Amino acid sequence: MKETPSLSVAIAGSGGAGALTVGNLLLEAASAAGWQGLLTRTVGPQIRGGEAAALLRLAAGPVESMADRFDLLIGIDWLNANRFGPEIELGPDSLVIGDPRGGEKPAVIDKAGARFVEIPMKDMAKAITDGRPNMIALGIAGKLLGMSEELLSDLLQKQLAGKGQLAIESSRAGLKAGFAAAADLVLGLRLAPPKPTSAQRWLASGNETTALGAIRGGVRFAAAYPITPATEILEWLAPNLPRVNGTLLQAEDELAAINMIIGASFGGTPSLTATSGPGLSLMIEALGLATASEIPVVVIDVMRGGPSTGIPTKSEQADLNIAIYGLHGDAPHLVLAPQSVADCLFTTQWATYLAETLQTPAIVLSDQFVGQARAAIDRPADVAFIGRRTRATEFAEGYKRYALAAGGVSPMAIPGTPGGQYTADGLTHTERGIPTSSAADHQAQLDKRQDKLQQFVYGDHWATIEGDGDLAIITWGSLTGAAREAIGRAASDGVDVALIAPRLLSPIQPEAFAAALKGKSRVLIVEQTHGAQFYHYLRAHYDLPASVRVLNRPGPLTIKPGEIHRAIMEWSA
Amino acid sequence: MSIVDRQLACKPTDYKSDVKPVWCPGCGDYHVLMSFTRAFAQLGVPPEQIAVISGIGCSSRIPAYTSCYGFHGVHGRSLALAAGLKVTRPDLTVVVASGDGDGYSIGGNHFLHACRRNVDMTYVVMDNHIYGMTKGQPSPTTEPEFDTAMSPGGTGLRPFHPLVIALASGANFIARCFSGEPNQTADILLEAIKHPGFSFVEILSPCVTFRPDEKEWKNLVHPAPVAATNDPARAARRIMTDDGFNIGVLYRGDRRPYSPEICSETIDPSELEKEFEQ
Ligand SMILES: Cc1ncc(C[n+]2csc(CCOP(=O)(O)OP(=O)(O)O)c2C)c(N)n1
Ligand code: SF4
Repeated sequence: MKETPSLSVAIAGSGGAGALTVGNLLLEAASAAGWQGLLTRTVGPQIRGGEAAALLRLAAGPVESMADRFDLLIGIDWLNANRFGPEIELGPDSLVIGDPRGGEKPAVIDKAGARFVEIPMKDMAKAITDGRPNMIALGIAGKLLGMSEELLSDLLQKQLAGKGQLAIESSRAGLKAGFAAAADLVLGLRLAPPKPTSAQRWLASGNETTALGAIRGGVRFAAAYPITPATEILEWLAPNLPRVNGTLLQAEDELAAINMIIGASFGGTPSLTATSGPGLSLMIEALGLATASEIPVVVIDVMRGGPSTGIPTKSEQADLNIAIYGLHGDAPHLVLAPQSVADCLFTTQWATYLAETLQTPAIVLSDQFVGQARAAIDRPADVAFIGRRTRATEFAEGYKRYALAAGGVSPMAIPGTPGGQYTADGLTHTERGIPTSSAADHQAQLDKRQDKLQQFVYGDHWATIEGDGDLAIITWGSLTGAAREAIGRAASDGVDVALIAPRLLSPIQPEAFAAALKGKSRVLIVEQTHGAQFYHYLRAHYDLPASVRVLNRPGPLTIKPGEIHRAIMEWSA
Repeated sequence: MSIVDRQLACKPTDYKSDVKPVWCPGCGDYHVLMSFTRAFAQLGVPPEQIAVISGIGCSSRIPAYTSCYGFHGVHGRSLALAAGLKVTRPDLTVVVASGDGDGYSIGGNHFLHACRRNVDMTYVVMDNHIYGMTKGQPSPTTEPEFDTAMSPGGTGLRPFHPLVIALASGANFIARCFSGEPNQTADILLEAIKHPGFSFVEILSPCVTFRPDEKEWKNLVHPAPVAATNDPARAARRIMTDDGFNIGVLYRGDRRPYSPEICSETIDPSELEKEFEQ
């Protein structure tokens, strides 16, 4: 059996067949055994019902992207499986397990030329009181991945504790039957043993680590309107914010949500909302208000396929333009993007800190891929970024809320502070906050708001910069992991490629970018958009080398490491 | 000065800023401003403990004319902004100032939900049955036959009935005032502020520039003939059948105001990560 650094398995079934449960249990078991892993799900646009598949990649070390191909596919049934066929790429070495009674084997699976084995999961489940085919599938997968039956059985016990003894017994019986059914099967691959680490192991989704990052950064109020795929952020915050003395309000719409958090932040409470593209559009006017009135807020945009309602359950990076350029007038603000499940925590915490420090809104561009992925990761390191805005408490001679202070950040009086009364305003205002239409005041306040963002020293966190070589890949957000993996493969082919992945997209960092590009004669830009938005953004703001190629594609199929690797090798041949 | 000392010294002028209003001479909103400062003085809460929140419109200019904390936000969203502030800062007195276009048209949905949500704050709508700031377009309360450049010959639409809508949506206190009676308006505002939950005060405030006919309002208004009720059905009947010029408190409800869930034992944020640990 060949040892491999990573193994990918897909469990497919119709909605309700329990494929996602199997994926979660496998991830948890692998994690308990010391491996790391990434679990994404694919469901139809209808969110409930239809087809569902759990896509799981396990590895000896960190995993931040899906593999090009799946080594193992178990179809609990083949209902609607053709629809996500393109997402589950198979090769001749892959093993496919299906149920002869699970419907017709989809053409996409036949085409791959993979080894096919039939196991009658439905019939086997029927032989067990209350038995379910997905538990048989769990047993088969567990056996083939080299997991311990005992460990999986313990996890079942833990997870089904509330469902009664019968549910536990029947699930365990199913698990056992699955292990037995796969006894003589071989996958041909064995996952390399986990890399030893002393770190605490975490199981969390990107949306959850985003929410925790916000709380760590100081957020104590959230208001939002539910939308896929951002909802889990809110559902995690709802019970957890009160535990740290915070509050969440469900707003009547996104216009209310953004204005609620502006109100709360005006009152001194660091505040957040989370949404997706359609909601971000509705928030844009008020984001300009927060910019002009210098009220810090954090807006998480978990991007999905657009435009309009697009594909709510799948990923894209196409809100880049609206996040950076969507506000009317000249409205400098922060735009940041997390690069992995673990980085969602850091980036959101940092975004909160920056918003508070600079008294301005921050948009965090997460996406469905990283937001809804569940990962087994090493506990991310603690960082010291806690939002503390400069407050005004002494008012010697009339309070100037918008004073043209050096660095552009002026101390903010919090309601309740005697002597600091002012009116926050979206109208062009004087240093005291009084509405004006004077050209000089307008220019001065626009300068102030621009200066405070441009003069701030963001440090090394602004981007992930790795490696050497005259070729650099420039990418962002959740594609960073795929790019890193492609670069790793190129290195084993003897080709050195550097990685530049800005975490801070706005304000631009021309000097740092120029330093990162030093010695590079070619760049490959990788992004998940149809219109090459990131390429145009880079072109507009940075001096790029003469040789530029773009690897861009809209969602919902994510760009895989193999595609990037291929593009590197083609250019290096 | 301690808070008690300050309370003794409270005069309406303590609540006025030195910013000169940009309203047209004779605009009803001057009187509304006067009622605000009188009510605040009677309330005896120092200006830094009061926040006046508004959207956009002539009426929404009011925050800067007070010496309280203020927020002049975007068109139609003042109630949401105020709710965020009040929920996180229950110690503050929050008053929202709006116009009929700001509050009932672009902000209509927030109006319904603010009444439902019942956060303890006071919503004042300066209703002039017109868009003043944008120079005379019809608002949701404009009469159907009223001729404007955007609606030649009138809209033909039934005017919106804000008080009934507030009642049906769950507002806890409903009153109508006339800006030309600043003392009475101040009294009602004071009562509204003190009433727990979401209180709604409609102030008929003439726009002398685009509705000179509204100067006639001072002859049309009259005290409500019967005392306020706490029965929503009776209040609805009265409000639906009145002539639109009844002045006074019309409804006092006793719904419990919204207050956020409070955990008996709060924890250090670092403990939240235990959920992720395996
Ligand atoms: C999003 C948006 N749309 C339109 C406007 C233009 N606008 C400013 S004030 C206003 C109407 C104000 O009318 P009302 O609320 O009745 O206030 P009044 O000026 O009569 O006091 C409009 C339409 C705006 N500022 N923002
Ligand atoms: S336009 Fe009308 S509402 Fe506006 S300030 Fe003038 S009179 Fe008042």
